[in-house]
Amino acid sequence: MDIGPTLLLAFLEGVVGASVLALTALGLSLVFGVMRIINIAHGELVMLGAILAWAIVHFLGGGALVGFLLAMILAPLIVGTFAVAADWLVLRRVNYDPERTIVATMGLLFLAQQTVLMTFGPDAKPVEAPFYFRVNFPWFGYNGYKLLVVAAAILLIAATWLILSRTRMGLYMRATQMDAEIAQAFGVPVRRIYAMVFALGAALAALAGVLVVPIQQAHYLMGADPLLLSFIVVIVGGLGNLRGTMLAAAVIGIGEGMISVLFSPTLAKIVATLLVALVLIVRPGGLLREEAA
Amino acid sequence: MKSFAFHAAIVLALFALQFVLPAYHHANAARIMVYAVLAVGYNVLLGYTGLMSLGHAMFFAAGAYGVGLSIYWLGFAPLAAFGVGAASGLVLSLVAGLFLLRTTGVAFLIVTLMLAQAFFLSTLYFNGVTLGEQGMVLTNVAAVEAFGTSFRLSDPTVKYNLALAIFSAAFLGSLWLVRSPIGRVLIAIRENELRTRMLGYNTFAYRYLAITVSGTIAGLSGALYCLLFSYVGSSFASLQYSTLPLLWTLLGGAGTVIGPLIGTGLMFYLIDISSGFTSSYLLVVGATLLVLTLWFPKGIAGTLRSRWLGWLP
Repeated sequence: MDIGPTLLLAFLEGVVGASVLALTALGLSLVFGVMRIINIAHGELVMLGAILAWAIVHFLGGGALVGFLLAMILAPLIVGTFAVAADWLVLRRVNYDPERTIVATMGLLFLAQQTVLMTFGPDAKPVEAPFYFRVNFPWFGYNGYKLLVVAAAILLIAATWLILSRTRMGLYMRATQMDAEIAQAFGVPVRRIYAMVFALGAALAALAGVLVVPIQQAHYLMGADPLLLSFIVVIVGGLGNLRGTMLAAAVIGIGEGMISVLFSPTLAKIVATLLVALVLIVRPGGLLREEAA
Repeated sequence: MKSFAFHAAIVLALFALQFVLPAYHHANAARIMVYAVLAVGYNVLLGYTGLMSLGHAMFFAAGAYGVGLSIYWLGFAPLAAFGVGAASGLVLSLVAGLFLLRTTGVAFLIVTLMLAQAFFLSTLYFNGVTLGEQGMVLTNVAAVEAFGTSFRLSDPTVKYNLALAIFSAAFLGSLWLVRSPIGRVLIAIRENELRTRMLGYNTFAYRYLAITVSGTIAGLSGALYCLLFSYVGSSFASLQYSTLPLLWTLLGGAGTVIGPLIGTGLMFYLIDISSGFTSSYLLVVGATLLVLTLWFPKGIAGTLRSRWLGWLP
């Protein structure tokens, strides 16, 4: 294959990766922005979404398409419920203290990972794509499902955006992000908003998991990569800054995908990781400006 | 004086322990002491400077790879290899410190995680040299010639006492450090960095020092591990090896000198016992982390200190 088509293929792979990454990072960034906490178990939510998608398609049956649609609805609901429970039982009790939350969510990470290992075993679980069609370029055919993933991710991000900017709940969330105490004084139910934001972030991660599972199989250790990459995106974009997060997800996702195809996936991750160090040098202090405030 | 006597007594007790322990626990104790060195290093940063790292695996792995690579590929003598391992830990912490210095709090934690992950991925990427996940099993470790006799590192007694020697150095060294004027400034940074800076201390320099000391001790632990147990692999740099020292330190009590030893020993046996009946022993790690954050944020030694033993450093 010539360099042109290879680049196009690499770019497409990058766009697919970027859209899933944007979805995952949006959840992480939202949670940080409103609640000021870092959820180390965020990658495990993607994993839970993926493994639930497998379980739903496998046990409920009804064909690949129906099963997949069910998974798109049920998996985020179940994972969101877990998140509300975690908020209620754990995060609220440590008063959302940043460092204690990190230790606690790390505990949740191991619990989630090992529970899935004990329940579903160590094997990777494949999920059939809901449909098959090939998009034929002049040089190669491309899996149509992957393009659907891009469209679905864009739709979900747009929906989140609408919730944040057009609904009363979104208004409450933005008010809480600006200043939780003042918001509380104005009658915003801050605790409930925290629980909802945590659930929303978890649901977005779970949806990302459902979307990738036909491409990449469900496995109990699959949470590490999404966690790492969405951390990178969220830092480069500015923690809690949703626009920055989306932009960074596009750039890093496409870059990572292209380096993965053209060179090696491991190299791509090393480059992306060191990019964070570079950002630190170029923008010392400015990186987490919102946190300092 | 009382506290120095107390910690010296613990070292003596550990020395005496080797004559009474059965073989299985004897080997475990050596391993616990090697790991405890890592926890001691971690505690300098978390317990006494207030910086929570999720990247100590890279220092541990740097020390281990320093020893492993120099013996496996270059056939170094154990002592020289240990020197290489210690130097790798020192150099990596000096370099990483330059980046880490720019951040505190949650950002510090994320950047340590990032750097460690880059290190971990690099050990996979350069698997031609590091042999990746499979790792290097050292079969050609020479005996150490000293005091007119030759010590084989595979001998349990040599292992135990070497581990004890390095552990004692790190243990008593950290006791000295936190009680010295330098340590007082570190604790002041932990309590309130801005105020410490206002008092005229160069907190950047002190934080850099803390990162370097902590990373170097962690590197020593890795170098010792590789030397005594003749193995190093990519997993040494994985997130798990960054989480474990955090867990050990929190369990024993961050900000107490004895805490890391207690936490490491207790967690080692918790995992040892639980892995007897389940393969998912990390479940215990997760549950312990949750229980600690929810109910015992001060850890064992920290709780003891606040209840009864106010003099514990």
